[in-house]
Amino acid sequence: MMAITQAELEKEKLTALKQLKAVDNEDDLNSWRVACLGRSSAVTQAFSSLGSLSKEERPAMGKAANEVRKALEAALAERQEVLREASLQRSLQSEHLDVTLPGRPILHGRLHPLTQVLRRIYRIFGDMGFQIYRSPEVETDDNNFTYLNMPPYHPARDMWDTFYTSDEGVLLRTHTSPGQIRVMRERAPEDIRVILPGATARYEQLTARSEIEFVQVELLVVGKGVTFSELKGTLLDFAKLTFGEEARTRLRPSHFPFTEPSAEMDVECFVCGGKGCGVCKGTGWLEILGCGMVHPVVLKYGGYDPAVYSGFAAGMGIDRSTLMRYRIDDIRHFRNNDIRFLEQF
Amino acid sequence: MKAPLNWIKDYIDLDDLSIEEIANVMTMVGLEVDGVRLVGLPMPAGEHHEFKYEGLSWPADKFVVAQVEEVLPHPDADRLVLCRLNDGQKELVVLTGAPNLYPYKGVGQLEKPLKVAYAREGAVLYDGHKPGSVLTKLKRMKIRGVESFSMICSEKELGISETHEGVIILDDDAPTGMPLVDYMGDAVLDISILPNMVRDASIVGMAREIAAATKRPLRKPDDQLEMHGKSIKGRAAIEIRDAELNPRFVLGLIEGVEIKSSPYWVRRRLNLADMRPINCIVDATNYTMLELGEPLHAFDYDILIKRAGGKAPTIITRTAEAGEKLTTLDGETYELEPYMELVTDKAGALSLAGVMGGEESEVNVKTSCVLLEGAAWNFINIRKTISKLKLNSEASYRFSRGIHPALADQAVRLCLQRMLAWGGGVVAEGLIDEYPAPPEDPVVEISTHDVERMLGTAIPIDEIQDILTRLEFDCELNRDTIKAKTPPLRLDINPGLVGKADLLEEISRIYGFDRIPPKRLSEELPPQHGNQALDMEELMRDLLVDLGLQDTVAYRQTSPEREARILPEDADGEVREYLRIKNPITTDRTVMRRSILATMLEILEHNCHLRQHLAMFEIGPVFIPNADQLLPDEVLKLSIGMTGLRSQTTWQDKAPEVMSFYDMKGVIEGLMDGLHIPNPSYQPVKRPSFHPGKCAEVMVGEKVLGVFGELHPLVKAHYEFDDYPVLAAELDVTSLLEIATIIFDIEAIPSYPPVIEDIAVIVDETTSAEQIEALIWHAGGKMLNRVRLFDVYRGEKIGVGKKSMAYNLTYMAPDRTLTDKEAAKLRNKIVKNLEKELGAVLRSQ
Repeated sequence: MMAITQAELEKEKLTALKQLKAVDNEDDLNSWRVACLGRSSAVTQAFSSLGSLSKEERPAMGKAANEVRKALEAALAERQEVLREASLQRSLQSEHLDVTLPGRPILHGRLHPLTQVLRRIYRIFGDMGFQIYRSPEVETDDNNFTYLNMPPYHPARDMWDTFYTSDEGVLLRTHTSPGQIRVMRERAPEDIRVILPGATARYEQLTARSEIEFVQVELLVVGKGVTFSELKGTLLDFAKLTFGEEARTRLRPSHFPFTEPSAEMDVECFVCGGKGCGVCKGTGWLEILGCGMVHPVVLKYGGYDPAVYSGFAAGMGIDRSTLMRYRIDDIRHFRNNDIRFLEQF
Repeated sequence: MKAPLNWIKDYIDLDDLSIEEIANVMTMVGLEVDGVRLVGLPMPAGEHHEFKYEGLSWPADKFVVAQVEEVLPHPDADRLVLCRLNDGQKELVVLTGAPNLYPYKGVGQLEKPLKVAYAREGAVLYDGHKPGSVLTKLKRMKIRGVESFSMICSEKELGISETHEGVIILDDDAPTGMPLVDYMGDAVLDISILPNMVRDASIVGMAREIAAATKRPLRKPDDQLEMHGKSIKGRAAIEIRDAELNPRFVLGLIEGVEIKSSPYWVRRRLNLADMRPINCIVDATNYTMLELGEPLHAFDYDILIKRAGGKAPTIITRTAEAGEKLTTLDGETYELEPYMELVTDKAGALSLAGVMGGEESEVNVKTSCVLLEGAAWNFINIRKTISKLKLNSEASYRFSRGIHPALADQAVRLCLQRMLAWGGGVVAEGLIDEYPAPPEDPVVEISTHDVERMLGTAIPIDEIQDILTRLEFDCELNRDTIKAKTPPLRLDINPGLVGKADLLEEISRIYGFDRIPPKRLSEELPPQHGNQALDMEELMRDLLVDLGLQDTVAYRQTSPEREARILPEDADGEVREYLRIKNPITTDRTVMRRSILATMLEILEHNCHLRQHLAMFEIGPVFIPNADQLLPDEVLKLSIGMTGLRSQTTWQDKAPEVMSFYDMKGVIEGLMDGLHIPNPSYQPVKRPSFHPGKCAEVMVGEKVLGVFGELHPLVKAHYEFDDYPVLAAELDVTSLLEIATIIFDIEAIPSYPPVIEDIAVIVDETTSAEQIEALIWHAGGKMLNRVRLFDVYRGEKIGVGKKSMAYNLTYMAPDRTLTDKEAAKLRNKIVKNLEKELGAVLRSQ
């Protein structure tokens, strides 16, 4: 074999670099590496021929061969990087998705709107130190009426259209108020600060606006020196937390046999902002709850001396306010459990 | 009650206040204004109104009082007349078809011109010929050749009443040319009367409340009465059998009255108050009732004399006799109960006391002498009567809420005064007044301390006294205490401690709730009891929602027939007692439900065609009558219902699997796991509603927590379900919550790697997974960490009646890495145990 000259080596390098520029895939790059840097390549030849060179020629040739090898290796690395980048780009470009296709649905459940609203109320009153007390849905006439200061034939009984049962003295509670009697009798003479949530029933026609079963939440506070001022303060806080800091409210006199003085709380219609609309029946106000100072007769039935103790109570219908809040067209939706309705909450 | 504003203004000066302000004052003292009907008055200015307004305004330039000078026949139409009319500005001819003008047709210039309500061209009013309230604008047109551009109005056209039989003929003193709105424009306030404020179901009552709230003087009606007739003494008698039912009875007599129409202003007010004018005598009783709140009744005196055989009648008040009947003036005949109070004479019943008059003795066109009744009745007895007979009237509405007997004589005098003014005649001297049981008007003591203790704000004693005095309490002031005597016009104030609360209500509502400052509750909390049952119930809801189920809330009222769908009658020979509703609203809601499962299946049925995948639950009570107690047991249950595909079909997942028993079991297991129920077990069970081979009980120890499975095909056939299996579960929430643990031990995260391997064993088909797993655990001991079934195989290779169960086992030691040798030893022990106990065969790899 002829020993390669430095000039030839330089020429080989230029040829190799030129070839490398044309390489555009991994396979060709590999072939190029074998050809230009492999055993039979000019550089390797140059190295192996060093032994046959004179002592004087050897360093120059060695240095030249080394430089050529370094140059070729560097060019190879560079080319490799370019090809890798190009290949990544190619694969990224070929892999793009139609992002507008629907995602894989995850089936999940939801809480019923009434459960959601109840929990919000639990939280608000929980923060104010109210505990939750529940009592039966089927009640005695005594607990539902008599002990709430409505003896038989009391005119105020007309305010509640009642479902009676074939058992004498047993009815479907028309409000959560009988729970007041139960919690007082259970806890007297302790101070009381509770909310009483639960299902109630009234004898009404079943229409889009009136329902036979609905959920109520009642508040009861009993202690020494509980005042109307505190009733007002508590309800104002509740209204702000529920309807917003800016919500206007008013307390107007009303009548419930189990409270005195009695009041109803109206909140400015959140649908029309008080201008008058179908939801507020043109009045600009929505009635949200009834309240008052616990009647002395009720305190007495509950086991508290009305000369020493006082208390306040308030009650609200959850279905109706939820109905107004979401502008639900039919109150019966709550208990028909149509999935198309429930899925929206 | 409908209250015409101008009527209220008879008793109190309010001209400086707008309708809006007056309505607001009323609402804020407890006379809630539901709406305002304008009858002539203009709509309040501004966009934002606190109340709902409707009705018609009468612009002053379009509606005026006019006088008809002459009524001429129409040249071309019998049913039309032409009126020569003066509207205060000029003379015009106006066309009308009003039948009440026919009598004046062709009689020439009227001696006394007729005063009418006249609408000029361009006026907007209600169309008299169309039902309801349809607005129309008066335009110039020709009717049968005669030009018409304006109108003499009927009540309907002006929005006063529904009457369109003829045009309004105003009282003679109406000033021609005066804008109609100034003459008789009004606004009717629709007031909700609270049950304890029946004293305010009267115009004077309302005026009193407004006067108190605005600190204005109240002008009470003047009941001066000229009694120039022969004395009533000896011409009628009263016999009260039960003073408790009838504490007072007053009679007055007027003779020689003419039965005719009341003056127009009276009829208009009655119409506005929603009462139909009849004649001057009946109108006088109704007018006085609306004014004072005391219902009255007028008898034809001559008929009573006739019934008494020509002698002076004796009015007897008593309860009904057995089998007694009465035909009331609405023509209905009622069978009376023995507790019902009657007004009678010796010949029999005259009227149902405080409710409705009888037909026979009522005032009629021939009446000339009127015996007038003003009485007081026991309100509870009236309530019983009207609720039994389902008979309601303006009188019974008031009497059933308690009318003070003191009003009776005042109302009789006032009413006789009206009869005299509107019907003529002469009033007999004196009244007959039987008053055996005057009520005690309680005296209540209240101090500034009482007020502050209850309201939380101090009100000066002078202001308290002023409020009570304006409400006509008789106040005796002693330093910071007032002794207040209840005025004899209300029965809602009690003595003693309750009376204090009654007065506090009066003081606070007139003082104004808006003036009482709000305060937060004291920071000292009462003893804490918590509500663990509710906490756990809500935790269950969260768990079930996380497991993909929809929360529902369902009706408690159902019917036995509806519940029978899940359980064919006699399927288990058990008799089901229901809590029955005495007055069900519909025939399919007659009882309180016993089965929460039945409810759930109805919910699923409703939705099954709407979605491919359904998974829902309800937590709620069922009602089981309990012979040992008055009230039924309310047992809290959980129902779960699932049907359809495991997921909905999508472009990626075109054929999801159908949900089976094991999907339901997965939910149950997830729930047990979430509630940390220790070691739940599952056993096959047969229940009538479920498929006999696909039903299990979930238990802890011996305690059954509930049942779940696939619905029995025969039960399913009772519903309109799709072809998919219907999966259902019913669990007892109370039992679940008793066993659920809040505090539990957790396992340490292992520090050494596990050894994981698979084994498969062939066993008899009848061997349950639970048996195998129990044996694996037993043999595996402490080192066995996890057992997971990953395959069940049946096939020819392993023989008929056999199955292969493949498990993935994890071995682990807490303190070292297990060697292969140790793992092999464990595995051998497990396999041996299965071979020995079940005859299992290790399946060759």
